Amino acid sequence: MKALFFICALLIALPGVAAEGGYRLDKSPNDPRDLVSLQAGARTFVNYCQGCHGAQYMRFNRLTDLGLTEAQIQDYLLFSAEKVGETMKTAMPQKEAKAWFGVAPPDLSVIARSRGADWLYTYLRTFYRDPKTATGWNNAVFPNVGMPHALWTLQGERTLEATTVKDPEGHEEVQYKWSQLSPGSLTPIEYDALTRDLVNFLVYMGEPAATSRRAIGIVVLFVLGVVFIFAWLLKREYWKDVK
Amino acid sequence: MSGRLMALWNWFDSRMPTVREQWNQHAAEYYAPKNFNFWYYFGALSGLVLVIQIVSGIFLTMNYKPDAALAFGSVEYIMRDVAGGWIIRYVHSTGASAFFVVVYLHMFRGLLYGSYKQPRELVWIFGVLIYLTLMGEAFFGYLLPWGQMSYWGAQVIVNLFGSVPFIGPDLSLWIRGDYVVSDATLNRFYALHVIAFPLVLLGLVVAHILALHDVGSNNPDGVEIKKHKDANGHPLDGIPFHPYYTVKDLAGAVAFLAIFCFVMFFVPEVGGYFLEDNNFIPADPLKTPPHIAPVWYFTPYYSILRAVPPILNSQFPGVLAMGVAVLILFFLPWLDRSPVKSIRYRGGYWKGALALFVVVFFVLGYLGTEPTTVWGQFADKWDILDTKDVATWVARVCSVLYFLFFFLMPWYTAADRVKPVPDRVTS
Repeated sequence: MKALFFICALLIALPGVAAEGGYRLDKSPNDPRDLVSLQAGARTFVNYCQGCHGAQYMRFNRLTDLGLTEAQIQDYLLFSAEKVGETMKTAMPQKEAKAWFGVAPPDLSVIARSRGADWLYTYLRTFYRDPKTATGWNNAVFPNVGMPHALWTLQGERTLEATTVKDPEGHEEVQYKWSQLSPGSLTPIEYDALTRDLVNFLVYMGEPAATSRRAIGIVVLFVLGVVFIFAWLLKREYWKDVK
Repeated sequence: MSGRLMALWNWFDSRMPTVREQWNQHAAEYYAPKNFNFWYYFGALSGLVLVIQIVSGIFLTMNYKPDAALAFGSVEYIMRDVAGGWIIRYVHSTGASAFFVVVYLHMFRGLLYGSYKQPRELVWIFGVLIYLTLMGEAFFGYLLPWGQMSYWGAQVIVNLFGSVPFIGPDLSLWIRGDYVVSDATLNRFYALHVIAFPLVLLGLVVAHILALHDVGSNNPDGVEIKKHKDANGHPLDGIPFHPYYTVKDLAGAVAFLAIFCFVMFFVPEVGGYFLEDNNFIPADPLKTPPHIAPVWYFTPYYSILRAVPPILNSQFPGVLAMGVAVLILFFLPWLDRSPVKSIRYRGGYWKGALALFVVVFFVLGYLGTEPTTVWGQFADKWDILDTKDVATWVARVCSVLYFLFFFLMPWYTAADRVKPVPDRVTS
């Protein structure tokens, strides 16, 4: 029993995740079971992200997972490929992309698995105008990122003021003040919902099997539970004669 | 058995009686102590995980590509496009960590009940060899997904060999087959992971079990059951391994598989401990990750490595300390001078030392997963031996305690006040 406790303690002691640059991450409200949100996320992805970023391990026809038919995928999402069996590659040539941005835009197939949903959700909502960078954009969680704000027409332009204040005990703390320079086509609430859907899609894309994984897991655990009862009864029956 | 089946068995048995003889020797007539407790599941479970790893590994090799340009993509291909591929992959990745969980618990059982002591020294030595081979197997396997942690972890570990005086640089070059970790390294690690080390592992497991069955199993009381035999020459406190322990281990195996499947189906990454976040970024030789940490099962030793300050600008002392920390396990049967085996009859010195050792091992393990700055820094005046990091100093203290557990063992085990050991097993 002690061993089980140790294992559990080891499994539960999960590492804290700190953001680069010290900006506090917001909790992503994405829900992998929300198919409407996933479909909206897929639409945002092909319209706003896929121009530069590919998802080279993800096939278009896999999007039938999201409740879409192949005809719908063909009609509404298939901009960068000819057949639904192809992967969601980007049309942007990687070599030129590197020259334009300093670094080629990374493939996003498994970005949610390396960055995590909270990071992505915060990152996509914390771009700000910065005249000092080459693109004119900067980001609160990814300082000096090479990517410009791809969703700026939706969110509008904002600025960020960071000031370091000391509390009475001498601990330094950075305070952030956001201000809107020009409005976007979406309200802040609508924009948050859009990024939630996009992050939801990115999380789904990181592991398309995740939903069926959990569903199968419940069945497997149930079966093992039943098998365990019989295995234990068998053991008890045999061990009756051990004195 | 029906007459026809019996006739077939007799036909087989008269031509190859070895099968029946071996079955009897190692199962049906192998007498194991009747008082095995919870801790005695982990030997059989290690065998189960070995089988799981070999079988899932075979299926992975059918779609995995050991090529620096294709490896990362082929793993994602397995995760998405291969039917049931994600199950196979998660079985294998969960199995790697599960292997170390059960092996560590199995080794700890040895410490609890003195299973390494005379006459079972060879059993222990084969066991430590299995542990070493397993570490190599895990290390080689970890490069194969070709993510950032795979790549830089391998780079760091191979560079450790570079710190060996005189031959170091040539040695690490020889291991890598290139000046950096590259396609050549991936190919040879693949060969070692799927063929060489599994073969060695299987051979060592056979030797481990044969050596055990020659001397007989220890038990939680640490008494020799062969001292008291009945008229047929069977130990009075022994029961045949089959069917008693086969059915008991079967129940244990199902319970273990339930925990295994819970992890695999619901938390396969285990918060970055079983599958690290950074390993979902393809390997990039030009971009060093800010924090490189090995997988959890290596972190106690990694902590010891980092804790040793460089001497004369060389990291070799740390590498040496790490090596000694593992290899010292071989000498355990001779370091322990206690007249009793089981912790049940040992005194406070041993109990205290073992408890402290467990704490130290966990602290070192935790610190190895974190950057050295995790617990902040001391004030300026504390700047001694290169660092102010609190965690580094804790790791240093723990490393010293780790070694003292072994180095002082001959004294504190000999001086310990032991209780009288019963003649027969108690429960």
